[in-house]
Amino acid sequence: MTAKKLGLKQRYAHMTRGLDWETSYQPMDKVFPYDTFEGIKIKDWSQWEDPFRLTMDAYWKFQAEKERKLYAVLDAFAQNNGQTNISDARYVNVLKLFLTGVSPLEYQAHRGFAFAGRHLRGVGPRVASQQQSLDELRHIQTQVHTMSHYNKFFDGLGEFPHMHDRVWYLSVPKSFFDDARTAGPFEYMIAIGFAFEYVLTNLLFVPFMSGAAYNGDMSTVTFGFSAQSDESRHMTLGIEVIKFLLEQHPDNLPIVQGWVDKWFWRGHRVLGLVAMMMDYMLPKPVMSWKEAWEIYFTEAGGALFQDLARYGLKPPKYADIATEEAEHISHQNWATFYQYCHAAGFHTWMPDAKHLDWLSEKYPNTFDKYYRPRWEMWAQAEKEGKRFYNGALVQLCQVCQIPMVYTEPGDPTTICFRESKFKDTRYHFCSDGCKDIFDNEPEKYVQAWMPVSQIYQGNCGGATIPDVLAWYKLNVGADNMDYVGSPDEALWNSWKADAVKAAE
Amino acid sequence: MSQFASLTFYHNDDARPVVDAVIADNPGVRITNMPGVVKLDCEGRLVVKRASVEERLGRPWDVQEIHLVLISMAGHLDEDDDQFAVSWSH
Repeated sequence: MTAKKLGLKQRYAHMTRGLDWETSYQPMDKVFPYDTFEGIKIKDWSQWEDPFRLTMDAYWKFQAEKERKLYAVLDAFAQNNGQTNISDARYVNVLKLFLTGVSPLEYQAHRGFAFAGRHLRGVGPRVASQQQSLDELRHIQTQVHTMSHYNKFFDGLGEFPHMHDRVWYLSVPKSFFDDARTAGPFEYMIAIGFAFEYVLTNLLFVPFMSGAAYNGDMSTVTFGFSAQSDESRHMTLGIEVIKFLLEQHPDNLPIVQGWVDKWFWRGHRVLGLVAMMMDYMLPKPVMSWKEAWEIYFTEAGGALFQDLARYGLKPPKYADIATEEAEHISHQNWATFYQYCHAAGFHTWMPDAKHLDWLSEKYPNTFDKYYRPRWEMWAQAEKEGKRFYNGALVQLCQVCQIPMVYTEPGDPTTICFRESKFKDTRYHFCSDGCKDIFDNEPEKYVQAWMPVSQIYQGNCGGATIPDVLAWYKLNVGADNMDYVGSPDEALWNSWKADAVKAAE
Repeated sequence: MSQFASLTFYHNDDARPVVDAVIADNPGVRITNMPGVVKLDCEGRLVVKRASVEERLGRPWDVQEIHLVLISMAGHLDEDDDQFAVSWSH
C-alpha cells in the first residue's frame, strides 16, 4: 500500500519552512540592516502566512504556461497585421502613455521587491517578494515585446526609457516609484504591495485592459491579463503584509496608518492618468472612470477597510475627496494634455459628438456644466484653424509633480493651491493630501527633481521649448501635437483607404 | 454595507468550466461581464470547488491551475487540494 500523498498545506510547509537559518559568522542585525529603522516591531516572523501556497517548482510551471499562451497571441497578432484591426489609430496613444509611463514602473517594482526579498528578515515574505520581483521583470519584458510591434508603424514609442527619465509628465509616475523605493522595506511593502497592488491596480489592469480588448488590441489585453493573473498573488501578499504588521505589535498601527494615508493619495494622483486613458483615449469606451472607481474603490475598498477596522485601521485619509474627484479628474487631465501635447510624446484631440454624448451620460453631475462648453469652444477654434496650444510652463505640485490644475473640493471652478514653508523656501501643492505628505517628510520632498524648475535652471537642453524637446528625444512634428494632421493619422487613413479599395 | 468576496476570470474556454462551477456552487453570485473578463461577486464568501470544475472539465484539475485563468480577487484566501475560497469571514 502506498503512503497517502501529502496535502497542499503540508507539502507547502515542507518545501518552504526550515530552510532559513540564524546567521553565526555575522549578527543577524548586520545581515538585515534595514528592517528596524522604520520603527516597525516584529515579535515572531514565523507567524507570517502565505495565502497562496505556491512552491517554486509550481511557480515556474505556471509562469511558463502563461508565457507560452501570451507569446502565441503576440505571434498571431504580428503575423496577421493586428495593428490594422484596432478601433482607430487614436487608440495607440494609450500604448505610448503606457509604455513611457507605466512599463518602467514594472521594472522599478522588480527592483523594489528584489530589495524587500533580500532585506526582510522572515523567510515567508522573502520568498513571496522574490516571486513578485520575478513577476515584475516578466511584466516589463512582455510589455516591451508587445508594444515593439506597434513601434514598427507608429510614432512616440521608440525612446521610452530615455523619455521616462526626462519628460515633464512622466516624472509623475517615475517620482511615485522613486519615493517608494527610497523608503524602508516595510513602507515599500505597504506602498506598493498594499496600497498600489491591492487597493488601486485593479483600476488599471481590469477595466482598462477590458477596454483594450474592446478596441481590438488583442496583444495588449493579453499581456495585461497575463500580468494581472500574477497580480492576484501580489494582492494577497499586500493584504498579508498589512495584517501581519498590525497583528505583530499595537505600536505598528499609527505607522501603518500613516503609510496607508500617504500611499493611497500618491496612488490616486498617479492613476489620474489612467482615468484620462479610460474616458478619453479609448475610441470605443467601455466603462467610465467614475464607474470603475465605484466598483474598485468604493465597493471593493469599502469591504477591505471594513475588514481591517478590527485592527483599528481606518480608511485612507481624503478617500472622500478622491471619490469626489472621480467626477472631475479625467476631464481636468485631458484638458491639460490637450493644451500641452506640443510638448508631449503622444497625441491628443477633441472627442467627436458621439463621444461627448457618452461623457455627458456618464458624468451627469459635472460634464455638461463644467467641461463640455470648454471642449466645444476648443473644437470651434480648431475649425477656424486656431487649434489652442498653451505656451506657458506650469507650476507643479512639489509632491505628485502634476501641474497645479485640480480644483478645490466642493468648488470645481476654483484652482486648488496649498503651500508650506520649509527653511525659508516656499513649496506649492495641488491638494491637502499632497501638502500633508510634504509636511510629514519635508527633507525628502525638497530634493524632488521638478521638471519645470529644472528647465528654468538650464538643466534640460536649453532655454526654449525646441531645445527641451530635443533633449527629450521627442521627434517634433511626429511624436507630438494633435492627432489630426499627424503622420499616425495619415498612415491609418491610408490603411483604411486601401481596405475600401480592396473591397471594391 | 455589503462585503463582496470577488473573483475575476478570463472570458475564454479555459476559464469557462471554472466560472460555471463558481456560478453553480455559490447561490446569489453577482455576474458582471466586461469585454474579455467576467467578475463574480458574492456577499461574504466565494468558493471554487475542485470536484465541480472536474465534473465540467472531464479531467482531473489541480486547484492551482486557477493561476492560469484568474485575473483578480478580493477577500482573504484559503486554498487547499479541494477548493479555493475567498472570504471576509474570520
